[in-house]
Amino acid sequence: MQAKTWHRCMVTGLGGLLAIPVVATLLYSLSSEWGATLLPDGLTFGWYVQLWHDPRFLTAFGHSLAICLGTLFLSTVVIVPAVFVTFYRFPGLNRLMNVLILMPFAIPPVVSSVGMLQLYADGPLPLIGTPWVLIGCYFTIVLPFIYRALANSLGGMNLRDLMDAAHLLGATTPRAFLSVILPSLKPGLMASLFLSFSFLLGEFVFANMLVGTRYETLQVYLYNVRQTSGHFTSAVVMSYFLFTLALTWLAARLGKIGSQ
Amino acid sequence: MQSTLTTSETLPPARTASRWRPRHASAALALVPFITLLALFCLAPIAWVLIHGIKTDSGIGLEHFGEILSSPFYRQAFGNSLRISLESSALALLITLPGAASLARVPGRLRDIAIAFTNMTSNLAGVPLAFAFIIILGTNGAITLLLRRWGLVDDPQLYSSRGLILIYSYFQIPLGLLLLYPAFSTLDDDWKHAAALLGARPGQYWLRIALPVLSPAVFGTFILLFANAMGAYASAYALTTGNINLVTVRIASLVSGDIFLEPDMAAALSVMLMGLLILVTAVNQWLLKRTNRAS
Repeated sequence: MQAKTWHRCMVTGLGGLLAIPVVATLLYSLSSEWGATLLPDGLTFGWYVQLWHDPRFLTAFGHSLAICLGTLFLSTVVIVPAVFVTFYRFPGLNRLMNVLILMPFAIPPVVSSVGMLQLYADGPLPLIGTPWVLIGCYFTIVLPFIYRALANSLGGMNLRDLMDAAHLLGATTPRAFLSVILPSLKPGLMASLFLSFSFLLGEFVFANMLVGTRYETLQVYLYNVRQTSGHFTSAVVMSYFLFTLALTWLAARLGKIGSQ
Repeated sequence: MQSTLTTSETLPPARTASRWRPRHASAALALVPFITLLALFCLAPIAWVLIHGIKTDSGIGLEHFGEILSSPFYRQAFGNSLRISLESSALALLITLPGAASLARVPGRLRDIAIAFTNMTSNLAGVPLAFAFIIILGTNGAITLLLRRWGLVDDPQLYSSRGLILIYSYFQIPLGLLLLYPAFSTLDDDWKHAAALLGARPGQYWLRIALPVLSPAVFGTFILLFANAMGAYASAYALTTGNINLVTVRIASLVSGDIFLEPDMAAALSVMLMGLLILVTAVNQWLLKRTNRAS
């Protein structure tokens, strides 16, 4: 009984510790002034109204959404067939693929930015300063997560039998893939896409080093307005935080539906 | 292309190569965009970094590394990065160890909520996290005021390496919890009862039974946290605009600063950072193998 209480207290305490910055930022974004006192002076939605009327913020948010959605679309179109082909035609490549997809995960973004800045500043592929370079980098960021999710689904099903059955019924390989395999990959894929979306929105290093203000994203905007007002930046942080919260919640829900 | 050929060679002879090769070729075609993107945005930049890290004016050499090691400025960057990463990982581990032990022992509903909550807070990282900490622990932050009123701390020195350790620990805690708690749920309660029956005190149980079982997971988690902290850049940059000398801050300022651009030096620093991370991971793997053999 005593141990039980201890474990409960421990978990709740840790949760409380983790909640402090979130709650403080939320309070700060809702307070009209919070200077030399312990608690805010008055509550207001003014900072949010100001933020959601700031054309620069709306543009940056739009840029972020465009890049994230573009990346997720590209990743889906490129990774799904690649995983399927690896599992179905080239199972021998599986080990190599597992190493390859972990490479972007293991290398700090600062390091790959160094090479990227030199390779794509000019020459045949002048990508630096354009959103395209971010879409490419973000592809490598989400690759391990989407690939693993798909590989788990494919590994869990009887791929060869399903395909053979579809072939016997007269379906071509692409047709069989689209109407038999793809539907069962969907829950895992969707969950990984929502999760990827949420941490792509939080990406700062590539966005700041490779593109900066030339195509300002949400995080770069947040960094650039840091001097304006703490309340205002808190409103940015909370807006972003609540948005990603909704995304991860959707991911969790989709994951649950998939596992049922 | 090569894989296409080898696969068709290993096929049963009944299926003729002429029937199979085009099919596999079209299958291999599906891999082309994948490989292209990976090559363009991961392999090529890394190759550039590796090559330019060892390239000097007179060919290939370790000149850049010598320059880095003999420069007090770069040595300080490595020292700071190592110290902040080690201390924040250790601090996070100290907090997450009892946390994960408790998380594995609370009822399912509370655990689900706690895990969802941990996942949620792991979204607060990088620039937003630095700002959140400025709000609570900055010069006029809410907790700063509280601490000052109680006369505990006058200035929490958020904009120093102390502040960085605090912020790094914060983003390491959710990661550590999620990595460690599965290991704790493998601990069997019967072991505890058996140890107690044989006369072991709780402390002895943890020291002699639980920790040896958990040590690969604990050590592996520590390595992951450490590597994560070594490569971190966004929160340090947002908090101090690069005033704290870290390896990642140096690398970034050598390629994207305003004054002196030295991409080759940035490449050499990057190679050293990656080498360090590979070394640490290799040591972890080696220790893991050793403990596996011992048990």
